[in-house]
Amino acid sequence: MAEPVLEVSALSKRYGALAATDEVSLDIRPGEIHALIGPNGAGKSTLIGLITGWIALDAGRIRLGGQDITELSVAARARAGLGRSFQVSSLGMDLTARQNIMLAIAGRSGRVFGFWRQVNSDARLIEAAEAVLNRVGLGDRSAVAVAELSHGERRQLELGCALALGPRVFLLDEPMAGLGAGGTAALTRLLDGLRHEAPILLVEHDMDAVFQLADRISVLVYGRVIGAGSPGEIRASAAVREAYLGDAG
Amino acid sequence: MAEIRRESVVNLALLTALGAAPLIATVLDEPYYVNLASRIAILALAGVGLNLALGYGGMISFGHAAFFGIGGYVTGVAAVTFLEGGVVIEWPVTIPGTDLMPVIWLVAMLVAALVAVFIGAISLRTRGVYFIMITLAFAQMIFYFATSWPAYGGEDGLPIYLRNRFPGVETNDPLIFFTLCFILLLLALGLTARIMGADFGAALRMARLNPIRLATSGISPFPVRLTAFVLSAAITALAGALFADLNGFVGPSMMSWQRSGEIMVFVILGGVGRLCGPVAGAALFVLLEVFLGGVTERWQLFLGLILLGVVLFARGGLMGLLAGRARHG
Repeated sequence: MAEPVLEVSALSKRYGALAATDEVSLDIRPGEIHALIGPNGAGKSTLIGLITGWIALDAGRIRLGGQDITELSVAARARAGLGRSFQVSSLGMDLTARQNIMLAIAGRSGRVFGFWRQVNSDARLIEAAEAVLNRVGLGDRSAVAVAELSHGERRQLELGCALALGPRVFLLDEPMAGLGAGGTAALTRLLDGLRHEAPILLVEHDMDAVFQLADRISVLVYGRVIGAGSPGEIRASAAVREAYLGDAG
Repeated sequence: MAEIRRESVVNLALLTALGAAPLIATVLDEPYYVNLASRIAILALAGVGLNLALGYGGMISFGHAAFFGIGGYVTGVAAVTFLEGGVVIEWPVTIPGTDLMPVIWLVAMLVAALVAVFIGAISLRTRGVYFIMITLAFAQMIFYFATSWPAYGGEDGLPIYLRNRFPGVETNDPLIFFTLCFILLLLALGLTARIMGADFGAALRMARLNPIRLATSGISPFPVRLTAFVLSAAITALAGALFADLNGFVGPSMMSWQRSGEIMVFVILGGVGRLCGPVAGAALFVLLEVFLGGVTERWQLFLGLILLGVVLFARGGLMGLLAGRARHG
């Protein structure tokens, strides 16, 4: 079996008596989409927060491509290869779509303290940003301010910002949130192609999309992984049905 | 695109007016107005400095008078020491006084930058109203330090009897002194435009708009903010150095909290985060002070009303009124 790209082992986070994340271990292997499902409040977003570094963990290790990134800052983890998208779009609203993408490209290459070279006349940077925008279907919206993009377009741009980092792994927190049927279908196709660029940890409520895309599924309930396996195994698991799928059906 | 061009036209008109006014005043033999233009250029420069932190970086510093005053005191101490033939300090290295403006400017910016690294490293860990209060607190500490420093005038301040020299020109000529101030203002504006168009500017803008997105893009907000804060302080200190030479005097009032407020007013009145906003703001402020102040002592009442109007009805300040909404395209 191929070496996992991302490996989290025994991650724990408590808020007082509440275990938001309880000894969670999982890994993401090359080329796969690993879906993380669970009812509201199961700790899915907390887990993403712990992996990306926004939330300080109590215990556990995170390894990315064999490197221990547990002690790195949020920005350093992003540079190391965590491409994250947010449940609620988090973008520079006054900036254009392209400027949001260009920032991620600059961040990846560590070009923060460039004081002289003008971004808007950097043909290579612009070309790279346009290529990313084309990938996520925003090729003709590059000069539009984010504030003027539709909700669906912002979801695409979120994904574009993660893609622009050239990540080793994608951590996508409900990329389908708030999308209509057409948008979900388009994004499902996009994610299906993206997995070959870098594997994906997908947190998603849309079960159709999850079962269509995922190679493996982990089920999180009360901060614990109560089941993991192929979509077929998860469908068949009695424990998972009881804890989660039963409620939904 | 049309709006960007319109702002460039307004900027050009504003700077041309500021550059031409002293020439006309010189022809009419009115040196007072030349000095007035120098005052505008210098205060605008202080505002250009603050604009980098407050306008572009969203760091509402209520302590920039400290940097303005540091620039002033470096000028005063260097000049007075030079005149007396003494030394500023003897240990660990002997530093003599000087009357050379380029040296004074460089030292003023360096000292302010060092102080800003210290103040910024502490205060940038806080946000919003706490940041405002911590920068104010630091500025007040430096203010009280200056008032209780008898070697350099204490509360009475420090007169600079002879204006400092710039190699090759006669700085006592009001028009030449104005030209020096104006060139430095143009350089600071050019530098700001250049920086804000570069990678650093993009990162600084995102540090204000959405620090979470910035970090997620692999860039830590803190060093970006700190660098902008330090640059901002250095530019404001340069303005302070010129201000001391313009007035032939430096005193603690240069770093009072009211002064910090004034510099903020230039930026807000002119247009937060607009390249020439501080120029428009400082010009209006000084003109009101002189012409309205000639009519009534209560001129600041009218300044207050104008500021209220600008904040309520023209979010982009004067530049917003003249050149339309800001665009980052």
